[in-house]
Amino acid sequence: MSTEDLKNSITAILPSSTFDETGEFLNVVITSEELLPLMNTLRTKSEFDFDFLFCLTCIDWKDHFMMVYHLLSKTHQHTLVIKAKIADRNNAQIETVCNIWRTAELHEREVFDLFGVKFINHPDLRRLFLSDDWVGHPLRKDYTDENMISL
Amino acid sequence: MRGLIGEDILTEEGEFIINMGPQHPSTHGVLHLKIWLDGETVKRIQPHLGYIHRSIEKMSESLSYRNFIFATSRMDYLAAHVNNEACALTVEKGLQLEVPQRAKVIRTILSELTRLQSHQLWWGCTGLDLGGVTPFFYAFREREAIMEIFEETCGARLTQNYMVPGGIMYDVHPNFQKRVKDVMIQIKGKFEEYDNIMTGNVILENRLKGVGYLSKEDALSYGVTGPTARASGLSCDLRKSNPYSAYDQVQFDEILDTGGDCYARYMVRMREMRQSVSIIEQLIDNIPEGDFQAKTKNVIKLPKGEFYQRVETPRGELGVFIVSDGAASPYRIKYRSPGFSNLSALPIMAKGGKIGDLVAIMATIDLVIPDIDR
Repeated sequence: MSTEDLKNSITAILPSSTFDETGEFLNVVITSEELLPLMNTLRTKSEFDFDFLFCLTCIDWKDHFMMVYHLLSKTHQHTLVIKAKIADRNNAQIETVCNIWRTAELHEREVFDLFGVKFINHPDLRRLFLSDDWVGHPLRKDYTDENMISL
Repeated sequence: MRGLIGEDILTEEGEFIINMGPQHPSTHGVLHLKIWLDGETVKRIQPHLGYIHRSIEKMSESLSYRNFIFATSRMDYLAAHVNNEACALTVEKGLQLEVPQRAKVIRTILSELTRLQSHQLWWGCTGLDLGGVTPFFYAFREREAIMEIFEETCGARLTQNYMVPGGIMYDVHPNFQKRVKDVMIQIKGKFEEYDNIMTGNVILENRLKGVGYLSKEDALSYGVTGPTARASGLSCDLRKSNPYSAYDQVQFDEILDTGGDCYARYMVRMREMRQSVSIIEQLIDNIPEGDFQAKTKNVIKLPKGEFYQRVETPRGELGVFIVSDGAASPYRIKYRSPGFSNLSALPIMAKGGKIGDLVAIMATIDLVIPDIDR
């Protein structure tokens, strides 16, 4: 599907979504509540068939979090980036997508560990790299540690 | 008796919990697996990570666009050239910088040499893991010749730091072409020896055939890439599908196998080594003259935006995701490392198998722990 077709099809499913085409991939910006139904459609509907989640991460924009999902379809060879905005930074949570793509399970645990975003319905949400008694989430922009040095 | 702190070593179902690693020799680093066993049968595996987590992503946020690249040599230490190249390509994408043809070809040659030496080390270690000591010495004999080329070219053997935004740091050594050609002739003559000692060996076949099956669907769902996925029939070679550097100028085959077991993964890597030799031979006599580095400003500043580059490392797909706010250092950087996703498929590959086979599965996934922990 071409970028234009993708835009039209996604607008038909989710009229409130906005698009950003400045980068290499087509970016779709949605809110965190809209994520799971859209992701389910993108995976199951044969015209999209996004079967490969090749990157899952989070960006801390100081006043909100932005979850970033890089999707690729092996059958149609089209790429799409879904960005889900988490407005509430103090109680950041979003639905898990690990029932759609299994790779999300470890990637979401990494985001939980380093950003403190909670994934609703995640089967095993524990810290991944840091010890369980670690205080804070290092990749947040406001994270400080007494041992941190500025380079 | 205790397993992890505060846990019973025997479950109510009669399963026995053991910890493999973080200092187990076959984990090739500090990987810690918690394993639920019923007799010798693996029921469940839980990887515990983070023993060498350095948070390279956080460190990079305070480093300049020239300096953050050097930290990535410490991620997948067997493929430092490829990691550096991925970062350099991402920065070049942001700057919309055209790299000189000479640099592109040299980058490709060095990347393929990296793949060759990484697969050779994997081959030797697989032999070692499965109980044969000799392959290790055979593999290191040829690998040493490649490491000497690296040493002569960039002054380092593991953490090379040779690819920089704009091209390569300095021109190759005058001996480079001759030495690479000599080494290629040497290595080509040894493949048959590799096959004689390992590939056709009946003990090896019994240890690998039908062990650790991974289906194509699972490989895709778990985000498995590289030779591990290609052995399950999943076409995912980025050198073919998204060519970068000089990969669009060479002829080579994407190695696919449909077996999905340890033996298929073993064979894919063995055949990939021959393809790497072929790529190097096509390029080594055709290194164009000219600049080895494009001109860049002293302080690199990327325009506001997001840049993503995918490259094929010896272990699979490495993705570099840079978010820039226009400053002299990245606002956020994410490495999608191949080992991380490949490891996530280990529990389903080993489930239902014997604990002895787990070592064979880990060997054929080719895990590098600093790449997983970052």
